[in-house]
Order: sequence, then structure tokens, then C-alpha cells
Amino acid sequence: MMVRIFISLMALVMTATLSLAQQGPLRIEITEGVIEPLPFATPNFVAENGSSVEMGAQLARVVAADLQNTGLFREIPATAYISNVTDFGSVIQYPDWKAINAQALVTGAVNVSGNNLTVKFRLYDIFSGAELGNGLQFQGTTEGWRRMAHKVADAVYSRVTGEAGYFDSRVVFVSETGPKDKRQKRLAVMDYDGAGLKYLTDSRSLVLAPRFSPTGDRVLYTSYETGFPRIYVLDVGSVQRRVLESGEGSISFAPRFSPNGQTVVYSQATGSNTDIYTMDIASGRSTRLTSAPSIETAPSYSPDGNSIVFESDRSGAQQLYIMSANGGEAKRISFGQGRYGTPVWSPRGDLVAFTKQSKGRFHIGVMRVDGSEERLLTASFLDEGPTWSPNGRVIMFHRETQGADGRSTLYSVDITGRNLRPVRTPEGGSDPSWSPLQK
Amino acid sequence: MKLTIKVILMMGALSMAACTNAGKLGGGAGDGAFDPNAAGNSSVIAGSASDPATTAYFQQAVGDRVTFEVDQSLLTAVGRATLDGQAIWLLANADYTAIIEGHADEQGTREYNIALGNRRADAARSYLVSKGVPSSRMQIVSYGKERPIEICSEEACYAKNRRAVTVLAGGLTG
Repeated sequence: MMVRIFISLMALVMTATLSLAQQGPLRIEITEGVIEPLPFATPNFVAENGSSVEMGAQLARVVAADLQNTGLFREIPATAYISNVTDFGSVIQYPDWKAINAQALVTGAVNVSGNNLTVKFRLYDIFSGAELGNGLQFQGTTEGWRRMAHKVADAVYSRVTGEAGYFDSRVVFVSETGPKDKRQKRLAVMDYDGAGLKYLTDSRSLVLAPRFSPTGDRVLYTSYETGFPRIYVLDVGSVQRRVLESGEGSISFAPRFSPNGQTVVYSQATGSNTDIYTMDIASGRSTRLTSAPSIETAPSYSPDGNSIVFESDRSGAQQLYIMSANGGEAKRISFGQGRYGTPVWSPRGDLVAFTKQSKGRFHIGVMRVDGSEERLLTASFLDEGPTWSPNGRVIMFHRETQGADGRSTLYSVDITGRNLRPVRTPEGGSDPSWSPLQK
Repeated sequence: MKLTIKVILMMGALSMAACTNAGKLGGGAGDGAFDPNAAGNSSVIAGSASDPATTAYFQQAVGDRVTFEVDQSLLTAVGRATLDGQAIWLLANADYTAIIEGHADEQGTREYNIALGNRRADAARSYLVSKGVPSSRMQIVSYGKERPIEICSEEACYAKNRRAVTVLAGGLTG
């Protein structure tokens, strides 16, 4: 099931004999809050040797959608093209692309041989009249074609923004149907853009908050199939799952993997109190990290594995705290008006995303790990449960609408607060968890 | 009202008799007279809400749930009174065990609401223990905000969803 993709560099093409005056570097600085998306063109990938014209078109569509949906790029449609790319090796007619205001040009080619697929691409900086970086060639099986398109888009994105990409990734989430008092929930996994959706459980038992492992091969989640919330580990490939036995107490939930994938941090209720524990997956040995009489829950590791951010109501209302991964003294980091919960540490290590409730509204927000520079990115009746893209630039969460007909939808938003957009799923969606970039 | 319920329950425990009519309690017709000496009277349908040894009676006559204020797990005076009745019933019907489910309204995040529901369920259980119900007969669970019974997004619905429900298991007539 895991598609392997092999990547190799190609030599640069000869630069055009006519060099155009530099218009400025082909560059987007994301944190500047880009207003004007960068115009680009992605002609259909050239169908070579055994491939179909349709496959070439589909690859280009996926690449274009990835880039355009970031809000940072704007595709120039094929109807505007003056010249086209019908041969992958031929020289680019830079003036034709400049004339339609394309600043970046992505060309590609696709080869099919039996079950083997090869996809090549090049990125051209039109105003410099030269390639930007080396062309790349991806080889794998035909079933991996979407992943190769995402890898092309990741390469283009990272060269233009200087950031790592995030398109070759997956999201596990809770797919839900039915009215609020008869809600059916089951786990589902899909590509980040909604393609390739597969259900991992059925709706017979209430399931909540699945979380990917650091390598994307396993999912931790909470299930009520025994009548009590317990933590399960599910292998995504085989869909086999087993329970993580926590000896004392009958209620455990909110699990997350440590960055090395060997430990689970979670919440367990014993009597009236809920605290944070870790468990070594291999041995099953658990360690209690907090013991305050308040509620401690929703823990999340820092990417270096040394710290844990969590929520606690020890001050009287839910706030965010950071402690060592071994437990001990916790430092409060949230101080605004309102309640803070569901903290998640960014894979870049710089920010914590959270859900904030204030004056009857819910918000997704971010703050630095010292609690400074709090920014709210969204506001609605009920926004909850952020998860970070692999490059720490986009957050996915769910939004539930008000009232008896309320339904839950996945959304994504850039950390600048821009580009809020729904993520389409066949049923309602909640509790998303974003995988790392796939290899 | 409270006193009346307690008296009838005590009578039920003493006599072990099915009552001929449930009066204001079980939905049966009649003049409301309760005859503790009517032992062996067979006109009560076993398993119905008029039979004090049944789950239906527990739910409708005793009251199987208590509610809470926003963000609170403290029992209210009404809650304690209901639990008093539950304790008496559980002590009189020793073949039942109970799972106390704690719930929260939707005005909160998922994990915290599971923890809050747990606190509520434990508050009810602890109170029942203090009234003599053996803790070995009771378990607690929390559903957080996952199982609302009212689905409007207003306080009238929220107030009903913030609850701890005592769910019975076992027993002779279900």
C-alpha cells in the first residue's frame, strides 16, 4: 500500500538565448502576508512513451490545484497561452509566457511502462529567463501518480517560498453523519486534498480524535467499543488495531505519539480527576506525569520530544501549560481573556496552535511557545481541534454549525489567517490530524 | 412531592408487593391510594413502570439523572434529592448494578468535556457511596459532549445535556 517514489535530479536545460530584464526574484515570503498571488502556468504534462494525454492533463491539474489553493499562487488558464509546451526537451519561448504575465512556468512529462510511472518536471523563472533549480524525475508505480504530482508541487512551492512543502501528505479524521443526538462517527484517511479516501473503522462504536504517528504508518485514537473510552493503535496499512491497556482507571483518551513514535502521551481519569500519563508502546509500562486535583488533558509533544504542552483548569479555567516530557513543574503560557484548550505544538517548534473560547465564540489561534504574540486566526460558533501541516504553515481544524441541524466540516487556514477554505469530505468531518510529508 | 416519593418507596421496600395502582407515579389509572397490604395482587404488569423493582420505575418515578450548572460538577440541592431516591432504590434492589454516565454540553472542547463529564459522574457516584451504596456496584463513564439528548444550541437544551445519568444493569425484570 505504501507507494515508494524515487527522485533524481536532471541537468539544467540550456538557458534561452534571449535573456529578459530581471523583474525581481521568483520568490514569495509567506510571513509577509502576501496580497498578490504569484501568477503561474502549468501546461498539461507531455505524454511520452505509453502514457496518455489524459494522464498528462491530470498531473498538471493536481499540481495547479495544490499551488493555487495555498492562496499564494494564481494559475493562468490554458485558454490564455500564446505558445504551448508539446515537447518536454524544447526551449521555452520566454516572451510568450511573459506576455501573459506568467512569472513561473511548470512543465512536465509522463512515461508509463506497464505498472511503472515516470514523471519529470522543470520550473522556469520567466522573468529571469532561466530554470529555477534542477528538473526532477520521479519514478514509481502508476497508483502513485497523485503523490508524484504533489511532489512536483512541493518542489515548486519550496523553491519559490523557501519553505518546505506540504502537499504529499495525508489527513486522518473522523467522518460523521446524522443529527447531533444520533451522530455516527468512523475514522477515515485521505490525501490532504481529499482524494483517495478510505475508511478505517465502521460506525458501530464512537471514535474520537485520531492522531498520526511521526512516520504516518499508525494512528492513535479513542474508541468507546468496550463501553468506556480507551486508546487504540491502528496500523494504517493493514487496518489492524489493538488496545493500549492502561491498568488503573476506566477512562483514557486524548493520545498523541512522541516524535520518535515509541511513546504515547495521553489523559486518564481516575475517580474524579483527569491527569496526563505516558506509556512506552513496546513494554506497555505507563508513567504518571501530573497529579494536580485539577483536570489536565490534551497533551502534545514538542518536535524535539523534550517538552509537552497541555491544558489544565488548575487556575480555575482551561489554560495552556508547558512541562518537561518527564513531568514536573509546569509553566503557564496562556494569559488572555477566555479559555484555552487542544494545544498542538507546530512541527517547526516555534508556535503552539489552540482552541480559544471567549465571549461565546470559538477561535483557532496560535502563540509562541513562551505565550507571546497570540493571534486568533478564525472565529465562529464552534471552531476546534487544530492540526499542523507538515511545514507548519497551514492549520486544519473543524467547524461545527449552530443549532439542531448543526454539522461539522473540516477547514484549513494559513497561519497568517488568510485563505480560510473548507476541505471537502463525503460526510461531515472533525478531529483532523495531518501526517508528515510522505517519503 | 419529595416526601410523598420517599414514603412510597419505603412502603415498596417493606412490603415487596406490587401495588394495585401507581397513582400519580406509574401512569396507571386510579384514585391514588397505595395499599401496602395488597400482597399478591396480580393486576400490576410486571416490568412496567408501576412495578417499583424495574428500570422503568427507576427512570420515571425515582429519576435517573441529575443536572449541573455550566462548567460545574457540584451537585445541586435538587440533584442531591434525586440521588437520595436513587440510593434508597439501589439499596432496596440489590440485584442491580449501575453505570453512571457523565455528560457535558457542546460549549467546550472535546477532551475537556470528557474530563468534565467524568467529574460529574464521579460526583454522583461519590454521593451514592456516601448514602451507603457499595462502590463495587457502580462504575462511571464519561461521554463528554458526544451524546446530547437535546440538540438546540441554547441554554434550554444545554441545561438538559449537562447531566449524570444512572444506567441500571442486571435485575430480575430488566
